[in-house]
Amino acid sequence: MAAKPRVATASLCGCFGCHMSLLDIDERILQLVDLVTFDRTPLTDIKTLGDCDLGLIEGGVANAENVEVLREFRRRCKTLVAVGACAVNGGIPAMRNQFSLAECLRESYCDGVGVHNPGIPNDPEIPLLLNQVHPIHEVVAIDYFLPGCPPSADAIWTFLTELLEGRPIAFPYTQVHFD
Amino acid sequence: MNVSATVTVEGFVAESLATHGRDPRHLLQHLIRVQQRFSYVPDAAVEALSAALDVTRTQVRAAIAFYAFLHDRPRGAFEIRFSDNITDRMLGSRRLIRLLIERLGLAGLPAWGRDLVRADGRVSVGLASCTGMCDQGPALLVNGQAVTNLDAQRVDRIADLVQEDTPLERWPGEFFRVENNIRRRGLLLGNPATDGAAVRRLLDAGAEAALAEVERSGLRGRGGAGFTTALKWRFCREAPGTDRYVVCNADEGEPGTFKDRVLLTDYTDLVIEGMTVCAGVIGARRGFLYLRGEYRYLLPHLESVLQRRRAEGLLGTRILGADGFDFDIEIHLGAGAYICGEESALIESLEGKRGVTRKRPPFPVTSGFDDQPTVVNNVETFLAAARVVQWGGYWLRGEGTDQSAGSKILSVSGDCARPGIYEYPFGTPVHQVLADCGAENTQAVQISGAAGATLSPADFDRIIAFEDLPTAGSFMIFDHSRDLLDMVRNFAAFFAHESCGFCTPCRVGGALLRNLVEKVAAGQGSEYDLSEMRRIGTVMRRASYCGLGHTAPNHVLNTLDKFPLIYGRRLARASHTPSFDLDAALSQARALTGRDDIGAHIEDGSEVSA
Repeated sequence: MAAKPRVATASLCGCFGCHMSLLDIDERILQLVDLVTFDRTPLTDIKTLGDCDLGLIEGGVANAENVEVLREFRRRCKTLVAVGACAVNGGIPAMRNQFSLAECLRESYCDGVGVHNPGIPNDPEIPLLLNQVHPIHEVVAIDYFLPGCPPSADAIWTFLTELLEGRPIAFPYTQVHFD
Repeated sequence: MNVSATVTVEGFVAESLATHGRDPRHLLQHLIRVQQRFSYVPDAAVEALSAALDVTRTQVRAAIAFYAFLHDRPRGAFEIRFSDNITDRMLGSRRLIRLLIERLGLAGLPAWGRDLVRADGRVSVGLASCTGMCDQGPALLVNGQAVTNLDAQRVDRIADLVQEDTPLERWPGEFFRVENNIRRRGLLLGNPATDGAAVRRLLDAGAEAALAEVERSGLRGRGGAGFTTALKWRFCREAPGTDRYVVCNADEGEPGTFKDRVLLTDYTDLVIEGMTVCAGVIGARRGFLYLRGEYRYLLPHLESVLQRRRAEGLLGTRILGADGFDFDIEIHLGAGAYICGEESALIESLEGKRGVTRKRPPFPVTSGFDDQPTVVNNVETFLAAARVVQWGGYWLRGEGTDQSAGSKILSVSGDCARPGIYEYPFGTPVHQVLADCGAENTQAVQISGAAGATLSPADFDRIIAFEDLPTAGSFMIFDHSRDLLDMVRNFAAFFAHESCGFCTPCRVGGALLRNLVEKVAAGQGSEYDLSEMRRIGTVMRRASYCGLGHTAPNHVLNTLDKFPLIYGRRLARASHTPSFDLDAALSQARALTGRDDIGAHIEDGSEVSA
């Protein structure tokens, strides 16, 4: 039996909503694990990334670690997909782009209501934030964009099954309407 | 130049309302006056105008935000704007901007939408889209007045005049001299004189006969799109409505075009006459001349011609004694918005609103100004129409091609010995224009402005005509010493700035194109970025709401096809490159945390590829 395609997922600067939406495929998850093998993903809690056929990225790029993870995914995955609004265009986290990083950090760690022991954290363990939040295609090449906040479980299911079967991806209208 | 303390904002607005009326459609005109007087539109003026004209504050603020020449915060008492067309840059404007900034003690460089204002409020320096002085640039506007033929000496002197606080009236007159530079005269430019002959002919022969002459002439609109003028007039004449309007589109905003400026300067009577004849044909009693803000210096001249023609009985009530032939013209100023050259946006602007294009149909001929039948024609079209009615349709047919009767007036600028105004019969090949204006080693011609087409030498045998190379008249020449990517960068920034923001393909697409062009220019682009530019350009062409978005990617798509090397020689080797400098993106965080360890840096990721 030929090896099943390996799939990895990661959430960068997102809310895990896209991963939750993936889990919303409900019992079809059983079909999915028949079709693919999961590599690194929060669903399996595997922390290291192997060579994969498919990488699904939720969330935008907001800090140095996001860049590192995203580049690792690009190196390891044959096909890389931006899943959801934050990965596609920065989404809600990118609203901070209206402000300077100094304003954001001072509000959170110095001037905000109820802050004790104020001061901007500078522990080397903590990844530094980028000046702005970016969509992932501004950092690495992306093969597919799956929009939505989050993309519906059905849309994710259609996308995965058609991609795995090697068909051109076509969504029924009910999966791409916006209201 | 100091704003006199005796005039309050409220007082000034009250005076403007008393003089120019409380029609809400005059909002923009009031705002322009306030801007000129105070160097911005203060909150008190917003309140006063909102109350007096019965428009919401939001509408007033929206207009201020929309028009590039209106500001909600003070600019300098001397508000200086450098024309930033590519032709100005080719004549050295960037160096002169730096010189002036340095002389005035300012820091940084102005960008579109970002003016430098000196702390003492004396002076500000910003940019403007093409101000229509390409044959005598570099040019700037100071408090709306055009200054031409800039060089280091002149800029030096301007810095002195600002430092000495010399009022504009006492600046050297030659700074403000605008030359016509008419190099080749044809059917239209041959003779500027008229004594109302076209209006007389109209009255003698009747409206139907006059329209028949326009039909016979085959005259097509000179603004670029080439719609048949007689058809437009007939549609308007026959459309149901209570009033009809004639609008002259003098919002000559297409980069590299300046022939309307010359026509309004020396052929004013003929233009007005064409509008009057049109009014007679369609039955209009009111007309508007929408003058771009950059040409405000023409206002006294235009008003005086209108006044004289009223005195001569060629405008006003009972024109030339004919009962029921009443027609008069108001001049409305624009305020720095390219989109207002599109006829439905222009009508919105005439009505005092933001210049956002309307859905068409209905077209202005049935539902234009005040939702009434309206003819909007280019300056040159009215001029030609006046002669056609005077001399008959066959006169125009004597030149040109089957589908393009008559002549076309070109605004020639860029790399040539004799930039200026050239009138040619339609059917003239590009290479003849190049030869006549003294262009050598020509690498490319940008025809019909930033929204037009980029021509390579392979195209120079093509002809200027609606059936081959339609043009509104802009003709910018680039010789082999130029890097055409500079042109592309200039146009891409122009369109990103001038998008009205209403539809996503144009607003977002324009900004994406500009960013990608800049990325390639910085040597960080990849093949992937070029394919993105093609894809985005194609979407803009297909999905934009109006002509601005449809044509905005032309220069990118044309140059990708015809001049691929200007992109190719700058590409990075990687198939994909980040769109920003990753390590530099950590600069603020490094400064805030004081960190400089290895984790506080991102290494170059050029080895990352699919």
